[in-house]
Amino acid sequence: MIILFFLSSGLFLGWSLGANDASNIFGTAVGSRMLRFKTAAIVASIFVILGAVIQGAGANHTLGKLGSVNTIAAAFTVALSAALTVYWMTRMSLPVSTSQAIVGAIIGWNFYTNNPTDLSVLSKIVSTWISGPILGGIFAVLLFMLVRLIFRKSRIHLLFKDSMVRLGLLVVGAFGAYSLGANNIANVMGVFTGAINLPPIDFGLFVLDSTQQLFFVGGVAIAIGIITYSRHVMETVGNTLMPLTPDAAIVVVLAQALVLFIFSSQGLSDAMQSIGLPGIPLVPVSSSQIVIGSIIGIGLYKGGKEIKYNILGSISLGWIATPMVAGVLTFFMLFFVNNVFKQDVGGDRSLVVVDDLKIEMGKSDNLQNNNADIIIETRPITIDTLNSSIIVGSTGNPIYENNSIKTELVILVLILIISLIVLSYFLYSYLKKDKNKLLHIKELEDKYHHKVKILEESLANRIIEQDDLDKELKFRQSEMITMAMSIIRKNEFLDNLKNEVIKIKTGIIDQEIRLKLNKLSLMITQDLSIDRDREKFQMHINEQNSNFIHQLEESFPSMTDNEKRLASMLRLNLSSKEIASILNISPKSVEMNRYRLRKKLKVDPKVNLTDFIRDF
Amino acid sequence: MSLLFKNVKQLIFDIDQFIETVEQGVLVFKEGVVNYIEGEKTSFSDKIQQIDKLEADADKLQRKIDDKFYRYSILPQNVGDIEEMLDKLDEIIDISKDNLYQFEAELPFIPKELKSEFIRLTEISTEAALAVFPASRSFFREPLKVKDMLSKVYFYERETDKIAINIKRKLFHEMNDLRLSQKMHLRYFTLHIETVSDKAETLADLLSILALKMSI
Repeated sequence: MIILFFLSSGLFLGWSLGANDASNIFGTAVGSRMLRFKTAAIVASIFVILGAVIQGAGANHTLGKLGSVNTIAAAFTVALSAALTVYWMTRMSLPVSTSQAIVGAIIGWNFYTNNPTDLSVLSKIVSTWISGPILGGIFAVLLFMLVRLIFRKSRIHLLFKDSMVRLGLLVVGAFGAYSLGANNIANVMGVFTGAINLPPIDFGLFVLDSTQQLFFVGGVAIAIGIITYSRHVMETVGNTLMPLTPDAAIVVVLAQALVLFIFSSQGLSDAMQSIGLPGIPLVPVSSSQIVIGSIIGIGLYKGGKEIKYNILGSISLGWIATPMVAGVLTFFMLFFVNNVFKQDVGGDRSLVVVDDLKIEMGKSDNLQNNNADIIIETRPITIDTLNSSIIVGSTGNPIYENNSIKTELVILVLILIISLIVLSYFLYSYLKKDKNKLLHIKELEDKYHHKVKILEESLANRIIEQDDLDKELKFRQSEMITMAMSIIRKNEFLDNLKNEVIKIKTGIIDQEIRLKLNKLSLMITQDLSIDRDREKFQMHINEQNSNFIHQLEESFPSMTDNEKRLASMLRLNLSSKEIASILNISPKSVEMNRYRLRKKLKVDPKVNLTDFIRDF
Repeated sequence: MSLLFKNVKQLIFDIDQFIETVEQGVLVFKEGVVNYIEGEKTSFSDKIQQIDKLEADADKLQRKIDDKFYRYSILPQNVGDIEEMLDKLDEIIDISKDNLYQFEAELPFIPKELKSEFIRLTEISTEAALAVFPASRSFFREPLKVKDMLSKVYFYERETDKIAINIKRKLFHEMNDLRLSQKMHLRYFTLHIETVSDKAETLADLLSILALKMSI
């Protein structure tokens, strides 16, 4: 139970990752109604868990090299700091990435526990933050060219193409979810793998070790995030970056999945090394930033006119601000956990035993869990990880080299100064916002009280006015119906008149009278075709039904002007024949338009369309 | 997913059948007008019946296609455009049917001197419509080729206009033995036949825009 409590911060991080990052994979597919949310959520959940359990170890290993958080209290604090950073920065609408937050938090732990930060590992990680989006952009351009070529050359029917795009979105989405799980699970559960040791579970065909069990739990947390909250993110934030066509979405998701896969595949890295190439750094990277890189890549390929270059600035700000904030927050939180709650957070802050071969850190009695199945112990840090900066003497005491200390100190001071500047900036802007907010609230309150008085006075007048308006509305409606009826009657009358004139004309031989009758027939035809009355009537309808039309627009944004006009006329209870006469179209066309309107409004076949519109 | 592919296959078949029905309608219209001009009454009546049936079939198919697009949410982003295109196609068969009925109801008198002109007008006007159908089919498979295919439509439409003007000029300038009513009557029928190529041109305009939209 205590483990679950400590894991809660990681689970929260997993939940928020699922809620936010699933929109990078299925946002366009669900937003454009190519896939149902239910299908997308199920596929994403299954593949995220599979990716996490099968391929999550690679990226986790690199995070472990950066700082092996070796007590459960420290792991809890690190994950919580990262989660709070993500939450706080998201609330302040600042660009944020879980990957960068967790790296910052681990470095914060390193500083607090005097654990040396391996700069080569750190530079490797930071380089992937930059190379990730660039690689995403390159992949996106290549894939975009390939997809275009295939669709142009293959003469696939537009409707088949649509079905293939749907299938493609599902398959690529599954791959994207798998890669997301494989790459980003280290962000969620990585810090706990060094602190929690669970006995392996044997399923016969395969065995789940401690890390995989933790990754499974983290994967489930991500899946819950996808199922419970990603729909909201997909609908609100999903398409704000740039609305993508479904085929462009396939390209972007595939590029993202490939980059995530590359940065998490141990097999691929080994294969590269086996042919003499440098191995691929297995590092958690930000899926959102890869997506941005991919979209910018496609934008550049198309000419670069639609790209909002300021987004690059916001990514760079995320690279610096997120780890800084997370690092500083972790440092202070560890201080509290260590000194106030008396929890062992590892490193120099706990018992250090040094012998000739290894330094064992943080192994304390109070972390021994009595549960027979679960043993919590710190993982020993071998001398290899520290030998770049520490030399173990014959007495067993660590001797720090002067140069190394100086470099570390300079870096530490620099980072602290930058952190303080960034923090002060954020704090200043936050407090400024807060102060302004208070002033604004007070101002609003004064205005509100003043307005209440005025409103109370005007309310009485308004009630009287409302009655008058109701009467006028009824009058206008009856006027409109009268107008419609008069147009219909007039048109019918003119039509009959025209037919009569034609009949009379056939029986008359006198050329002069025939000419006059011809002129008369022409006048009637002209009057029938001139739309002045109709235009006036339609103008009246639009004016009178402005609220109704506005409501329709809000509920059914895809409605065309003709459909809105038809709905307004149906609201007046006009028959198809009458509408046809007013609009000067055939009753068949009105019937077809009614049929389409019914489809668009999704009216139940048992419900009358006119009743539906009247009750709307 | 296999159900979706099955439905899409059926929908593609329906769309192809719809275009084919409209195409047949135009051919029947052409033959019907020629039959009328040549005085072949039985054949003309047959053509009236045929076009009536073809128009009804086209309507049924259009409803079926509409229904499938909405029910299975196929091409949700382009369904409006495709429906508009199908509407314009339907208008071609509608107008062809209406025109043939006008011949049947009003029995216009066509002088011998103008018979060949009217037959040519009908042939060229329907050629414009017949040229737009391959472009409509191509829109679904090769949108980039649509624009090239439409040049024929614009050419035949312009030719139709020229022939129609010639007929009208001949009617009002040279044929003094005809009554004004007859001239007016024939003028209207020239206009009726012209509308087929006009509708084809409207569809061609729409297709070129849609093809451009699809290729972006």
